[in-house]
Amino acid sequence: SSVDKWDESTYRQLESALISADLGVSVTQKIIADIKESYSLGEIKTSEDIINIATTRINAILSSDNRPLNENPTGPTVLLMVGVNGAGKTTTTGKLAYKLKQDGKSVLLAACDTFRAAATEQLKHWGERIDVPVIAGKHGSDAAAIAYDACASAKAKDVDYLIIDTAGRQHTRQDLMQELPKILRVIRKNFPEAPHETILVVDGSTGTNALFQAREFGKACDVTSLAVTKLDGSGKGGVVVAIKDEHTFPIHFVGLGESPEDLQPFDPVLYAEAIFSKDSPVA
Amino acid sequence: MFNNLSDALANTFKTITGKSVLTENNVKEAMEQVRLALLSADVHYDTVNDFVGEVTRQCLGEKVLKSVKPSEQVVKVVHEELTRLMGTEEAEVDVSGKPAIIMMVGLHGAGKTTTCAKLANFYKNQKKKVLLAACDVYRPAAIDQLEALGESINVPVFSDRSTPDVVQIAQNAINTAKSEGQDIVILDMAGRLQIDQDMVQELIRVKERFQPGEILLTADAALGQEAVSVATHFDKALNISGIVLTKLDGDARGGAALSMRKVTGKPIKFITSGEKVTDLEKFRPEGMASRILGM
Ligand SMILES: Nc1nc2c(ncn2[C@@H]2O[C@H](COP(=O)(O)OP(=O)(O)OP(=O)(O)O)[C@@H](O)[C@H]2O)c(=O)[nH]1
Ligand SMILES: Nc1nc2c(ncn2[C@@H]2O[C@H](COP(=O)(O)OP(=O)(O)OP(=O)(O)O)[C@@H](O)[C@H]2O)c(=O)[nH]1
Ligand SMILES: [K+]
Ligand SMILES: [Mg+2]
Ligand SMILES: [Mg+2]
Repeated sequence: SSVDKWDESTYRQLESALISADLGVSVTQKIIADIKESYSLGEIKTSEDIINIATTRINAILSSDNRPLNENPTGPTVLLMVGVNGAGKTTTTGKLAYKLKQDGKSVLLAACDTFRAAATEQLKHWGERIDVPVIAGKHGSDAAAIAYDACASAKAKDVDYLIIDTAGRQHTRQDLMQELPKILRVIRKNFPEAPHETILVVDGSTGTNALFQAREFGKACDVTSLAVTKLDGSGKGGVVVAIKDEHTFPIHFVGLGESPEDLQPFDPVLYAEAIFSKDSPVA
Repeated sequence: MFNNLSDALANTFKTITGKSVLTENNVKEAMEQVRLALLSADVHYDTVNDFVGEVTRQCLGEKVLKSVKPSEQVVKVVHEELTRLMGTEEAEVDVSGKPAIIMMVGLHGAGKTTTCAKLANFYKNQKKKVLLAACDVYRPAAIDQLEALGESINVPVFSDRSTPDVVQIAQNAINTAKSEGQDIVILDMAGRLQIDQDMVQELIRVKERFQPGEILLTADAALGQEAVSVATHFDKALNISGIVLTKLDGDARGGAALSMRKVTGKPIKFITSGEKVTDLEKFRPEGMASRILGM
């Protein structure tokens, strides 16, 4: 349909679409301001133009600073998984290990969640399922000590990848957050350049709180990469647009289910288009 | 931006001379602040619009117009209306069955299994005999998780690793509870998407067979706009009896709670704020209203 004049209802429809996809107030307002400017420059004739410009803008935010996953050319590539409780760290660890294995790489997993009930068993199940070894310790033992053992083992076995799963924690819990720099120090004793990526795992159904998660985990352990999970659900995962607007780390993976193969590389174009897909009030 | 709705409103009502006055115009401006505060707290877009409509009507009424401190009066109206919507009295929990059955449902990773243990501990402390039933046959080590939690609070866990038939497992758990004289059976169901037809059917089969007195939708306080779809679908399929809001030890404002409550009309019965088995409380509406408003 055609947009004859920019009025309150145009504004509301666009706002509703962006907020409903969890982009959050601040990025939504920025994008709308941009589009309003395009309108005043005569670049918008139809509501499709609005969607196209918004999609392009979102795509630009999501694509910035994109780069492939860092690799260590001289030894194991160490990946550290962090995030709040239940975000999907352990599952993403399993799926990522499976993908790397499919690519012909050797992988070792470290079960550094010694805190949650049966967290170690969960990762061990994954290890068995995809036939990848897991270094683990006792429930309640020191997570950093397991990270240390895992690094030593990765060196001895000369694996291509070591993926370290950690316990979920709320970013507001200073006591729990302090464990992360401790794990980093232990990793660096073995591999001074590691971790080659610290991957923040964000649940795609999360609202604006994910922005706070990114800030606090970023401060505590220098996040370098993002994985967004549970996008097989009804959530659009738009909060990562807000995260990307504020941070420079790229998004590397999206999770689309609970099976080993349900992990995909991040595609900003598809992601941006999905924000406005089906029953979009703007369309 | 203002961190706090009170500051934002105080600013809205201040004239150039610093005096606080109220006009129809600045009520509109104030309501825009309220709207943005609620959206930033992840209240659903449509729920926010309805809410702001109602509060605007109240504010344009005499109470606020004649007020000497309009910003405080607006905050008061907003807070009261929000509290009212969250439910004015403490919701009852039905544990009257013999045994009483509580069924925990929700999205993946919401906190169901942990909350099962917390509820078991809660009722154990009220001298009830509780049995936990491991009905998640999908997630790796879900049964181990519930068993470990049960062991930590000295509550028995029924599990059967030899069958994927969840209805059968629940049946055997309930039979066990009957023969052992347990008062409450808590069914830990697997996480699932509200749009996953097959998995939701499984819940419907369990519900129809055992008619649990409580079907509690467990939801993460950090849930975004999707909360409305989640709550609507689970409620339509199961006629849930209430909601448990989890992970309030984080700093999520929890606006999802308001939307879920609004679209289902079902009360929030418990909140959880930590990973320890004691981190469970009955829900209190005033506290939640302040939290959503960031006050
Ligand atoms: N549908 C769907 N479920 C997922 C996805 N990723 C993870 N899950 C499920 O989400 C739940 C939590 O996943 P975990 O991997 O245990 O999350 P975690 O971050 O390790 O959790 P904690 O260690 O307890 O903090 C499990 O039921 C997973 O199967 C996904 O992409 N899609
Ligand atoms: N910080 C915090 N963590 C919680 C709370 N409730 C649960 N958790 C954590 O959230 C994560 C997921 O909890 P689970 O009980 O496994 O969630 P679930 O809904 O059973 O997950 P699935 O069975 O995979 O769907 C775990 O790390 C729990 O320890 C809470 O109130 N606060
Ligand atoms: K989706
Ligand atoms: Mg985990
Ligand atoms: Mg569970």
